[in-house]
Amino acid sequence: MKKKILIVDDEPNIVMSLEYTFKKQGFEVFIARDGSEALEILKHHTPNVVLLDIMMPNVDGYQTLTFIKETESLKHIKVVFLTAKNKASDVEKGLSLGADKYLTKPFSVKKIVSEIQELVT
Amino acid sequence: MNSYAVIIIIIIYLAMLFYIAFLAEKKRQSKWVNNPYVYTLSLAVYCSAWTYYGSVGIAANSGIHFLPIYLGPVIAAPLWIVMLRKIIRISKQHKISSIADFISLRYGNNRFLGALVTVICLFGTLPYISLQLKAVSETFEIISGDNSYVSTTVIDDSTFYIALLLAIFAAFFGTQNTDASEKHKGIVATVALESMLKLLFFLAIGAYITFYLFDGTSDIYEKISVTDNFKELSTLGKMEDGFNWFFMIGLSFMVVFLLPRQFQVAVLENNREKHLKKAIWLFPLYLLLFNIFVIFIAWAGKLTFGSTENAEYYTLLLPLEHGNTFLATLVFLGGFSAVISMVVVSTLALSTMVSNNLVIPYGFLDKFIKNQPERNSKYIKTIRRVSIFTIIIAAYFFYVLFSKALSLYSIGLISFVIISQLAPSFFIGLYWNRGSSKGAIIGMIVGFCIAIYTLVLPFTLEAYTGTDDFRQYGLMGIEALKPYALFGIDFLSPPAHAFFWSITFNLFSYLMFSLMSKGNYRERNYAEMFVDSKNFTNLQDSALVWKGEAYVADIKNVLARFLGEKRANRALKIFFTKYKLSQDTQLADARLINFSEKLLTGSIGSASAKILIASVVKEEQISLVEVLKILEESKENIVSNKVLLEKSNELSQLTFQLKEANDELIDKDKQKDEFLDTVAHELKTPITGIRAAAEVILDDEEMPKEIKARFLKNILQDSDRLGRLINNILDFEKLETGGLHLDLQPQDIQKTIGKAIASVSQIAAKKEVLIVNNNIHPFVINYDEDRILQVLTNLLSNAIKFCETKTGKIIVDYKIGNQVVEISVADNGKGIPEEDFIYIFDKFYQSKNQNTRKPEGSGLGLAITKQIVEKHKGKIWAKKDMKNGATLVFTIPFE
Repeated sequence: MKKKILIVDDEPNIVMSLEYTFKKQGFEVFIARDGSEALEILKHHTPNVVLLDIMMPNVDGYQTLTFIKETESLKHIKVVFLTAKNKASDVEKGLSLGADKYLTKPFSVKKIVSEIQELVT
Repeated sequence: MNSYAVIIIIIIYLAMLFYIAFLAEKKRQSKWVNNPYVYTLSLAVYCSAWTYYGSVGIAANSGIHFLPIYLGPVIAAPLWIVMLRKIIRISKQHKISSIADFISLRYGNNRFLGALVTVICLFGTLPYISLQLKAVSETFEIISGDNSYVSTTVIDDSTFYIALLLAIFAAFFGTQNTDASEKHKGIVATVALESMLKLLFFLAIGAYITFYLFDGTSDIYEKISVTDNFKELSTLGKMEDGFNWFFMIGLSFMVVFLLPRQFQVAVLENNREKHLKKAIWLFPLYLLLFNIFVIFIAWAGKLTFGSTENAEYYTLLLPLEHGNTFLATLVFLGGFSAVISMVVVSTLALSTMVSNNLVIPYGFLDKFIKNQPERNSKYIKTIRRVSIFTIIIAAYFFYVLFSKALSLYSIGLISFVIISQLAPSFFIGLYWNRGSSKGAIIGMIVGFCIAIYTLVLPFTLEAYTGTDDFRQYGLMGIEALKPYALFGIDFLSPPAHAFFWSITFNLFSYLMFSLMSKGNYRERNYAEMFVDSKNFTNLQDSALVWKGEAYVADIKNVLARFLGEKRANRALKIFFTKYKLSQDTQLADARLINFSEKLLTGSIGSASAKILIASVVKEEQISLVEVLKILEESKENIVSNKVLLEKSNELSQLTFQLKEANDELIDKDKQKDEFLDTVAHELKTPITGIRAAAEVILDDEEMPKEIKARFLKNILQDSDRLGRLINNILDFEKLETGGLHLDLQPQDIQKTIGKAIASVSQIAAKKEVLIVNNNIHPFVINYDEDRILQVLTNLLSNAIKFCETKTGKIIVDYKIGNQVVEISVADNGKGIPEEDFIYIFDKFYQSKNQNTRKPEGSGLGLAITKQIVEKHKGKIWAKKDMKNGATLVFTIPFE
């Protein structure tokens, strides 16, 4: 069965690289430009993992994560933060809210893929 | 009447007085002795033989000029309730025994001042007593009908024996007690009786003359009004008389407080303060009654005798003329009463002063310290008795030498003027705490000398040399120094003139030296006690600066010498109980020193008491310098406290400012951190894009060409964005830190707008947004074109960004206002949400409403725009209440 991934980011250029790579790796990829779009998608699809930016317009990454982890039907979904916020306090905050991994920008695409693979197998 | 008969009457009368005085002393607590009427009548000791006989003389010779002497006390009486009460209170608290004591205590127990006051009082009172003797002698001659009788020696002068009798009376009843502040009930009772008798007899003779010899007041008036010089006798006359009246009233106003005998009866013999309430109206009434018949007796006398007889004795001469010896005798006894009371009270007061303020402090103190108590008390009494005899005998000789040539009235006024020299230091000292002993002493001496020069010297020189050169031509012939017309003031009567000059110089010296010199601590302390007499106890106990060491045993010894062992012990016991001290306290404190001084003051005067106590106290003399230092220290403390307070205020203000600055710094720091955070974030975003795209391309060799091209295009886009971002950050930093310098040149705003529109035309065309340049008139002002271009481009790009594709329309316009150009950029996009209005110019602020994040935005655009506008001293804002779209407006001011 194809693994499903939801990529949530408002930077189209970044999304494009990730989308290309994960599709190549055999993932089914969903794209959302912010939290509200992501939640909309989650109504219809249940991805194995959500790759989530934090600083986005409207509904941000923290709010999206909280929603996922507090929703019974969604809380099993792995959530990985992918953000430019790399201060120790930011990382701590992200993990304490229930994120499964905290990855920082700029990133190595290969490394992201291997981290995600590790998480979903 | 036979002169022996007169003498027998006198002796009987005196015996009666002795008996009454004796009775009063025996029944000291009796109501008959202690009541307001006795007090008021004793005040009438003011009416001496001068009043009794002299007034009629004045009335006959110069009209109503006898009145001012009574008007002064009448005016003073209402003030007693305030002033006299204060004086009485102070005197009781300090056991004052005379006016000399009172004044010397006020100026810090000043021994010299006490002596000076005593001397002035002696000078002022001796002529006065001699006046009384003169009156006795002359009336004696008249009543005994022995007109030819002329005394050749002292031995056969009846006046001398009368004087001696008076001295015995005064000595006997005046020195019953060593403590002179004790009441002399016997003397006061006789004085009151005499006052009553003299008034009754005077009213009797007045009524006799007016209604028996004549047909009432109108009869006398009708008869006298036809005589030659009637008018000038019954009216005030010229302006000069007004001045004379004024000064005479002022003079009598003062002396009714200051005369030693008045001080004695009004203050020292006062039993209860409430007696004053009756006295303030009863005493003026007494004076009024005394003066009712004066003018009629005078006129009657003039009508009867013309100018042939001494007008002063009309009261005796008139009844004698009509053969009424009985009435004449009553009149004589009335006059004699006036004499006795005046002489006895005056000598009593003077003898206390002489002993307590002159003899004891200047000679007998050492002796007292060695003596046994009984002997001390005997000594003090002896000194007083000797003083009484000496004073009366001295007065007698003054009478023999001078008084015979002078009228009663003029002698009385000399006394008044001399006594009035105490006025400035006495009255002002009661209410002004700056008055100093130096001022008092100098004022008194100066005033006294002037009074002697202008009043006493002329007649004594005249009597001595037999010429009146001094009076006529002045000292050494200097016009300005004529004794009756000093410095050209020649319109006053001699007493008014003397009073005016002496009291003026006295007052000025007193004020000047008081202001120039401060007294020592003791003096200032007493000044405070007198001025603020209500707060007396507090001041007495706490304010006295006293530094030293004394043993209770030593002080007790001193007290015992004067009070006796028993009284000393009792006094100390009371003291210890009062202040809750142990009965076997060893060391004395300031309060005990004070208390002991007060105990002794009654017996030996305050100055002597101070000296005596000081002899057993190892008093480290506190010099003025030291006291000043103490005061200075406390002042410095106050000052330094003030400085400290100021400093602390300054500090807390500084702390507050620092805290504010610190808060601001923290805030700035936080802002900087946030700024850097945001900058880093903004920088990372394109780098992430570039890195990811590059990695994807590198790792995927089989990537289709068009996809590769898209990734490469992304890389280019992100690189451009990175470059722009860096430029913006640098710009912003430059503007923020003020490092940017504007290149102000005259430019056409219309052309600049055109350039800006041209630079964004490509993006606009891409989005098919229409840009309209509304105002095509050129307008030249000074600004930095590159920067304003940046502002316009920024606003235009934003507008394009928020415009809908194809329907978008942007209007650029400018208006010229009052010294300001207002440029607006309006679009028909979706507008700015209200909650964003205040934030849109903040750095990195991006509206939540902005659902797509275009890679073009750096988040710094409007922040930079704002700074450029403000650098041009302009303003930028977003217009509110726009129906659709957003309108951003900025201004550039010009001169």
